[in-house]
Amino acid sequence: MITDHSIVQAIALTLAQAVVLIALAPAIVGLIRKVKARFQCRRGPGMFQPYADLRKLFGKQPVVSTTTSWIFTATPYIVFSSTMTAGLLVPVFASQMPLNFAGNIIAFVYLLALGTFFLILAGLDAGSPFGGMGSSRESIVASLTEPAMIMAIFAIALAAGSTNLSTIVHKTALLEGIVIDPSSHVMALAALFIVALAETGRVPVDNPATHLELTMIHEAMVLEYSGRYLALVEWASGIKLLVFLTLIANVFVPWGIATSVTPAALSIGLAVYVVKIAVLAVLIGTIECMFAKLRLFRVTDLLGVAFILALLGLLFFYILRG
Amino acid sequence: MAILLLLTLVGYAAGLVLPLCVPARPRVQNILAHGLAGVAGVGGMCLGITGLLAAEPFTMSVPSTLPLLTFAIRLDLLASFFLLTISLVGLAASVFALGYVTEYYGRVSISLIGSLFNGFLLSMTLVVIADNGFFFLVVWEVMSLFSYFLVVTEHEKSDVRYAGLFYLIMTHVGTAFILLTFLLLFQGSGSFSFDAFRQPGQPLPDGIRSMAFLTALIGFGTKAGIVPLHVWLPYAHPAAPSHISALMSGVMIKTAIYALIRVYFDFFGGHFPWWWGFVVLAVGAVSALLGVMYALMEHDLKSLLAYHSVENIGIILLGVGAGMIFHSYGLEELAALALIAGLYHTLNHAVFKALLFFGAGSLLYATHTRNMEEYGGLLRRMPWTGAFFLIGAVSIAALPPTNGFVSEWLVFQSLFLSYEMPSLLMKLMLPIAAAMLALTGVLALTCFAKAFGISFLALPRSSHARHAEEVPWPMRIGMGFLAASCIALGLAPMLVVPIMDRVTASMIGTSIAGKMLALGGWALAPVNVEFSSLSSPALGLILAAMAALGLALVALYGGTRGYRYGKTWGCGIPLTPRMEYTATGFVQPIKRVFSTIYQPTVKLETEFLEESRYFAKRRRFEFHIEPMFQKHLYDPVITFMSGLADRLRIVQTGSLHLYLAYMFVTLVVLLLVAL
Repeated sequence: MITDHSIVQAIALTLAQAVVLIALAPAIVGLIRKVKARFQCRRGPGMFQPYADLRKLFGKQPVVSTTTSWIFTATPYIVFSSTMTAGLLVPVFASQMPLNFAGNIIAFVYLLALGTFFLILAGLDAGSPFGGMGSSRESIVASLTEPAMIMAIFAIALAAGSTNLSTIVHKTALLEGIVIDPSSHVMALAALFIVALAETGRVPVDNPATHLELTMIHEAMVLEYSGRYLALVEWASGIKLLVFLTLIANVFVPWGIATSVTPAALSIGLAVYVVKIAVLAVLIGTIECMFAKLRLFRVTDLLGVAFILALLGLLFFYILRG
Repeated sequence: MAILLLLTLVGYAAGLVLPLCVPARPRVQNILAHGLAGVAGVGGMCLGITGLLAAEPFTMSVPSTLPLLTFAIRLDLLASFFLLTISLVGLAASVFALGYVTEYYGRVSISLIGSLFNGFLLSMTLVVIADNGFFFLVVWEVMSLFSYFLVVTEHEKSDVRYAGLFYLIMTHVGTAFILLTFLLLFQGSGSFSFDAFRQPGQPLPDGIRSMAFLTALIGFGTKAGIVPLHVWLPYAHPAAPSHISALMSGVMIKTAIYALIRVYFDFFGGHFPWWWGFVVLAVGAVSALLGVMYALMEHDLKSLLAYHSVENIGIILLGVGAGMIFHSYGLEELAALALIAGLYHTLNHAVFKALLFFGAGSLLYATHTRNMEEYGGLLRRMPWTGAFFLIGAVSIAALPPTNGFVSEWLVFQSLFLSYEMPSLLMKLMLPIAAAMLALTGVLALTCFAKAFGISFLALPRSSHARHAEEVPWPMRIGMGFLAASCIALGLAPMLVVPIMDRVTASMIGTSIAGKMLALGGWALAPVNVEFSSLSSPALGLILAAMAALGLALVALYGGTRGYRYGKTWGCGIPLTPRMEYTATGFVQPIKRVFSTIYQPTVKLETEFLEESRYFAKRRRFEFHIEPMFQKHLYDPVITFMSGLADRLRIVQTGSLHLYLAYMFVTLVVLLLVAL
């Protein structure tokens, strides 16, 4: 659980991870958009367009509703901070993260919930019915995803004998004293993938590209944001997407990640990481083009399936191991 | 220690008697009663801390003239822990009450409220330190009666009287079962002293033990508010004055948790089959989930908080139940972990629930309504109350880095570590309980997003809310003290856990303090270091650093500093409070998804204009959720009882002669039997 890095190394690794997450997130959003554009026979904007968007948003003067309180202006920072903190608990390109001791998978889930809580409040703060609608819907989606997420990760945690993400990834990468049981892992992977789609507001649960308020969930919640606040919220939601992809990539296919802190291992780790994330992003883009968004009350069925899959994963693990 | 004990008891006793003797103005009575309670509260806290650090339990005994009853007091680690919790919340409530009861000046006798308040605190203190079954029952009953009188403070309202009656009946049903438990234990011990319960002269047969287990669960569970015995909470808590609700919900129901741990781990010495623990765990999981689900549908802020007490008692029982299961399988370290989690959550819930009830009381003070649909925009009008309520809401929603998160995290770990258990059934059941806890956690988050968002944000929904003003200083200090405790208990678990460990070690006999803390105490790593770890101070630090990073990014790329104000877009017409999402609307998706549990009935009546079917003149919308337990569990019992009473009316003719004849016949029969 506790890694034996020196202080300097620990800080450098943590900072490097923070930089990778912050820097890569807009590109992933851009890549998914590009894939979708290709499927729709458009050329679409370049992969790096989101960076330009963010830069422009940062420079604009925000408009804040006269109805709001300090919750509205504090929320973007809280969401950014909680998403980044959750992101630092997931190993990205090196499997032995110094911050591993700070929290396990439960802490990860609850840190993301902290951001959701404040976003829900911010949605209500402006007093607009659209914000309230988004908040209300986000809360039901979050309520149904969290149990599935905890069960899915617990099924995997059992195999590794740890709920700390770095430990799970490190052990799996080295195939060290773990039981890889395909049936329970596949179930958990499927469950976690559905959870990731729901948590990050992708099709078929939510549509990030919608322009109709009545169909929005996440976008309706942040409808009142503009300027630098919108930039931070957008960046945070990009980071959240990236963190979920990282979680799936590294927990299920950790091979290639740097298991030791040497320059060579780290550069290979980073390169492999980018490839893995890019593949997942293309997959998400493809899914977004192949499926329609579900009605809100159909989403519960999908998330119910995720929960049952996770539970089956757990059951299989115990039964197959006796 | 004796001096501290004396200070505490005499302080409360003086607070009980003196205000009644001072015929002065309410202001003097207020300061006298709550000042004395505050002094006694400080004494109680010191006593609790001393007791927790002491090597040997402190005992004292005064014999009485009645057989079987001795006024025995024993301040062991478990009692000290609960005493500390009671005194901490009692102190905060005393400060809060200084401001809050000004509301009642001229309406209700302040000397009476103040005196009953002290009596209530005194009886709770005695409940946890009593060392004799009979004495315990007496103070338990006194506690119930004091709280009943406080619930019916505003007895001129009929719903308050109904709430009081409901509470009184439920609490007496509970007391009957507790009495039954002690009588069953008496079979083996032959004495009502707790020592005799611990070492019974002749061991009880298994059947009797199991019966005592169940009667204790029902008896104390009624007070704790486990499902399905929870129905009195949403009546009684809202009816009482808010500082009393805080005490009832924050600490009175915890005396039942104290008693359950006392009976199961102390009296039974931890010798019990696994299914006892499983029953407690199942009751806990169901209470947690149903408690939060009913809370979501509640729009009376204090009823909502009352249902959350049901939820949190459930979470505490998840810890206690898991501890009992582990203990029965001989996994002592895990049992200690689960019990620590339960106790930690007990303390945390006492702190944040009292804080939230203070917040609800402040809103009631400022707006004179408990209906959330009439609040709105209060954060700008009551910034202090709002900030404190937010801290309480974040804590109860178990979000890092507050105290609720740490204790809920520990409960999760104890449920997850079930994979070491030999039984496959338990291996599966504990993670399912964890999944229920996860669902409970998010629903609590939703519920408090609703409670805070609808009450404090956006536009005021009524003139009550528009004219609200910040509450007086004593109320703010009371809330601020508890809000600071929430954060301190969240950031410094390394100081709390070793103390909890002393308590559980005295119950289970295994100390795991060394196995709980890693990295010199900066991280919690329960039992199995590989399995999980958490460092809430580190999380707090990273959260702050990342927020600073966000600010730095803005500073780096930001153009202009300030921002422009504009009106919220209301689709072309000016935004009014009627356009805002209501509390009912906010939870509508949840109501629909979980309709099997709620069984909602919706009634929509529309009157159309005569000229056209497309324009409505008037609409009336009504919705109710089915009170399942009341309908299927309580109503049949009530119908049966009143039917029985109706039948028995034949013997009650009202004729004095007949009653004299009854007495005569009874006497003759008794004499015949005696012969």
